[in-house]
Amino acid sequence: MGKEILSMQNITKVYPNGIVANNRVNFSITKGEIHALVGENGAGKSTLMKILFGLENPEEGEILLDGRKLSITSPNVAILNGIGMVHQHFMLVPSLTVAENIVLGSEPRKGKLFLDMDKAIIMAEDLAEKYNFDIDVRAHVKDIPVGTKQKVEILKALLRGAEILILDEPTAVLTPQETEELFKELIILKEKGHTIIFISHKLHEVKHFCDRITIMRNGRSMGVYNTKDVSEEDISRLMVGRDVILTVTKNKAQPKEVVLKVRNLTFVNEFGKKALDDISFSVRNGEILGVAGVEGNGQRELVETITGLLKCGKNKILIEGKDISVLGIKELRDLGISHIPEDRMTYGVAENLTIEQNLISNTYDKKELNNGFLMDMKKIIDTTVDLVKDYRIKCNSPKQTVKMLSGGNIQKVVVAREFATEPKLLVADQPTRGIDVGATEFIRTKLVELRDDDSAVLLVSADLNEVMELSDSLIVMFEGKIVAYFEDTDKITEEELGLYMLGVRKQTNEEIGGVVYE
Amino acid sequence: MSKNLRFDILRTALAIGIALFIALVIILFASKEPFTAISQLLIGPLGTVRHFGNVIEMTIPLVFTGLAVSIMFKASQFNLGAEGAFFFGAIGASIIAMKVALPIVVHPLVAILVGGLIGAVITGIPAVLKVKWGASELVSSLMLNYVALFLGLYLINYFFRDVNAGAMVSLPFLETANLLVLIPKTRIHFGIFIAAIMTVIAYYYLYKSKRGYEIIVTGENIKFAEYSGIKTGKVILMAQLIGGFIAGAGGATELLGMYTRFSWQALPGYGWDGVIVAILARNNPILVPIAAFFLAYLRIGADLMSRTTDVQNDVIAIIQGIMIVLIVATSFLSKYRHKMIFNEAKENLGETAKEGK
Amino acid sequence: MNQLIDIIFSASFGYAVIRVTTPILFAALGSLIADRAGVINIALEGTMLVSALTGVAISAYTQSAWIGLLAAMIAGGLVGLLLAYFSLNLKTDIVLSGIAINLMASGGTVFVLYLIAKDRGISSSLPSLVLPKIQLPLIDQIPVIGAIFSNHNVLTYASLIAVLIVYIFLYKTPLGLKVRAVGENPDAADSVGISVIRVQYFALITSGVLAGMGGAYMSMGYVSWFAKNMTAGRGFIALAAEAMGGASPVGTFLTSLLFGFADALSNNLQSLSVPAEFIQTIPYIATIVGLVIYASRKTAQINKIKQQEK
Repeated sequence: MGKEILSMQNITKVYPNGIVANNRVNFSITKGEIHALVGENGAGKSTLMKILFGLENPEEGEILLDGRKLSITSPNVAILNGIGMVHQHFMLVPSLTVAENIVLGSEPRKGKLFLDMDKAIIMAEDLAEKYNFDIDVRAHVKDIPVGTKQKVEILKALLRGAEILILDEPTAVLTPQETEELFKELIILKEKGHTIIFISHKLHEVKHFCDRITIMRNGRSMGVYNTKDVSEEDISRLMVGRDVILTVTKNKAQPKEVVLKVRNLTFVNEFGKKALDDISFSVRNGEILGVAGVEGNGQRELVETITGLLKCGKNKILIEGKDISVLGIKELRDLGISHIPEDRMTYGVAENLTIEQNLISNTYDKKELNNGFLMDMKKIIDTTVDLVKDYRIKCNSPKQTVKMLSGGNIQKVVVAREFATEPKLLVADQPTRGIDVGATEFIRTKLVELRDDDSAVLLVSADLNEVMELSDSLIVMFEGKIVAYFEDTDKITEEELGLYMLGVRKQTNEEIGGVVYE
Repeated sequence: MSKNLRFDILRTALAIGIALFIALVIILFASKEPFTAISQLLIGPLGTVRHFGNVIEMTIPLVFTGLAVSIMFKASQFNLGAEGAFFFGAIGASIIAMKVALPIVVHPLVAILVGGLIGAVITGIPAVLKVKWGASELVSSLMLNYVALFLGLYLINYFFRDVNAGAMVSLPFLETANLLVLIPKTRIHFGIFIAAIMTVIAYYYLYKSKRGYEIIVTGENIKFAEYSGIKTGKVILMAQLIGGFIAGAGGATELLGMYTRFSWQALPGYGWDGVIVAILARNNPILVPIAAFFLAYLRIGADLMSRTTDVQNDVIAIIQGIMIVLIVATSFLSKYRHKMIFNEAKENLGETAKEGK
Repeated sequence: MNQLIDIIFSASFGYAVIRVTTPILFAALGSLIADRAGVINIALEGTMLVSALTGVAISAYTQSAWIGLLAAMIAGGLVGLLLAYFSLNLKTDIVLSGIAINLMASGGTVFVLYLIAKDRGISSSLPSLVLPKIQLPLIDQIPVIGAIFSNHNVLTYASLIAVLIVYIFLYKTPLGLKVRAVGENPDAADSVGISVIRVQYFALITSGVLAGMGGAYMSMGYVSWFAKNMTAGRGFIALAAEAMGGASPVGTFLTSLLFGFADALSNNLQSLSVPAEFIQTIPYIATIVGLVIYASRKTAQINKIKQQEK
């Protein structure tokens, strides 16, 4: 074991909305190791690393680099101290060449005025050669595959003298082959004396390539382990455990007819990766089918194809036997689909419009709200006042703009609108993300009520509490596939679920096929 | 909402104040008789009935183009074709007024309707090009303004020119086509009622009808509109067709109310003024007449100033530009606004905290 | 028809194309620099007007065409600075800022024109100067070629050199690299310590200087006076030319030439029996058509990429 080069002590970070992202976290790394930082979505990994890279300032705690106290106020300070970061979203300029991207901001010059492109290419090539990166530095970034883009990001950090390299979920966008290659390179980096912090959800990678692991849960550190001392099951258990905060009382589901049929649905995303890989399942009215999984395993694409935001092939998705591939969103909504979108500020509301205007976006053209050529303003006011009351939206009046509301109340606006049409099928994507406990509890209760009123509900959530408390049955998605189906959510433990979510286990095709009803 | 409105009014007033102040400073430096000039600019239009009448006369076309631009801007479409629509609508109406024999009352109405439809074509072309091929409506509508100008002049000069008249003007309109003058000693004409009706219709359409609702939602957040099931392509097209119709009808009304022949040899500029009116009125039809009146007042004041003193009325352009920039500037007075929002949020937080307990 | 062909294939027509391309090219290059830095400069039209008037006024006052040109360029840069201040500091929508500047320029130039020339339409009462024409040695002697390419205004040659300079600037200098990075991915630029706002300020000012040279050409080369709204939409045509040129210096040069061709055609056809008003629409219709072809090709490309991925 090398000596400790960096330690973060008692880091506490509270965001302005009151969420405690890091709670007295201790984190340290030793020179020349690959150190995994694992945890569920929202466990506080990214926040911790943003603090280390100077993108966020902690309320409490200190950072020691080589034993001396350091205050990292901006990324520039981090870079000057040999800390580099490869972000999940690449910070590259597509039309520039690899070499240009690498030297951007610290370009070699010919004379005073001109760019020394030859030198830039030599610099980039030397760097690539030094670390055994197989890369054409003359290629344009827009033409190279994702895996190579990542290498460019790493080279960028290395050129700026990074000794400690933070990689934020680097394998999320990579194919298995690219992942393999990345790890080979990381090992070379390690051999050259660099230290790597590796944020990940993927346990087999962590297990295979990392020396030590720090596990985080709910903003706390769950301890540091040598990788060889813990099994994937152990890691999963430490990572995925939950503190039950909210329970929802509900009766056993009484599922009836199939409302939504998804059959052999495949979707290839813009990177040419199969975001959805031959998915089949059914949702019946009177039940909540949960979709569990670590984010980025195809849930977003699934929701968007069902709700019409993305187009899918013929006869892949049927609602009450109707093929939706030819329908627009309006027609889908007329069929009785409602949708609580994951990104509520982009899709869920128009923030500059009033609560009233936001509450009627799916019903404004219905007969009930119109009086010939004009909208029936009195009716609209009555309806929206009722909704505001029923859904306990805290506001001075329905004429207030949505922008002025808190996150929880904005989400209640979305929920109120989507529930008001008494949908046959509700697709709820992260319905309680980032909102306060009161609103969360309220929305969850409403979801169960909707189910009891015989709607079919598809609930997608990365929040284990939520899927386990609310769903009657559950499917688990991993890398675009359904890897497990549990007919009765009450019969599974979160440990078990964690193993499926993290790809440690997979059910047989027969077991998974249980979710297909005709 | 009321706080927002108060803030908007304050900001608009301050922007107008600053713009006027800068103009006054310019006049102070540029003129040998600055005080006469300033008083003409500011209170000249109140001097005589005729001058005040001029203000009202000019308000009429500005209401039309202000409404047209408001509706297009409300859908977040930067279509600047109101200018061309106004001009070509006037051409269309002139042709009807010269060549088609119709009874009184019906004649101007038909002419205005035709003007409106032609206007809709002018703004509709950039809209179609945008919806179908993604071509920027901004550039294509600007180009189309020039096309409208030259094609219009071509029509008038080659087919409807009065060769006996001294200048390049069209044949006289048939008497049945002219709009009634309402107030003696002025040229305030029946068009004022049409403008008023248009305002009311536009207001109801935008704020009280489902199609208007679609425009507002699409303009505010097109992704949210699509998610909600609104067919945004259709909405974008519709908004621009309606905008062009109003502008075209405005051109027709202006011509039938104020002229007896077509005599424009250049774009009259009301379409551009419509942009300022719309911005002053925050794209709200009900505020358009007020903004139009304000601008018309300034313009007539400036005309009087340039007629009686050595300061040219073009100084108005500087006032207009500064007003646009300051009213639309999001960071102008943003500190004040932020404080306001913060206070409100604090109040709300206080309430929730109380209720939470 | 034959007459038309005779016109197009005459040396004097070739000369005319280059002559009328100059202001469009300058403005289009200005548009290019701004666009590459991620800021759209709608104010080119107004900038040209301001510079055209400044050139006339200063050259008349100093009796030096060169000082007039310099003043026009400075004026253009100042308008660019103003646009940058409005949009980057006051955070006014950049399109509306541009519209506001155009309005101020079109009225303001007339206002100033009256102050200095006591005329609201034209500056002919001012003893303003024009920039010299240049006879190209050797080339001048070649038949046809000489007639087309020699004896142009110095700014015409400057505009051609400007294409080269803009090319070298964008692709061969560190600042050019920064401009391209800022325009394409400001976050990436920011992440390596480049000040996005400073680069955009620089781009808008440079854009203004280039448009300013176009304006100076209008009043000190193309003609020898300033007239109200004399740019007649060239600033907007330049925007379209730059977009169609794929935001590259060479592409922009070629599309500017295309619009110059349309412009020259409309000037020359007036000798034919086709109505003048009809012919005057040619440059604008050509711009619209070009814009649509460009935009539809672009959407088609995107669709194609999408399909390949499926």
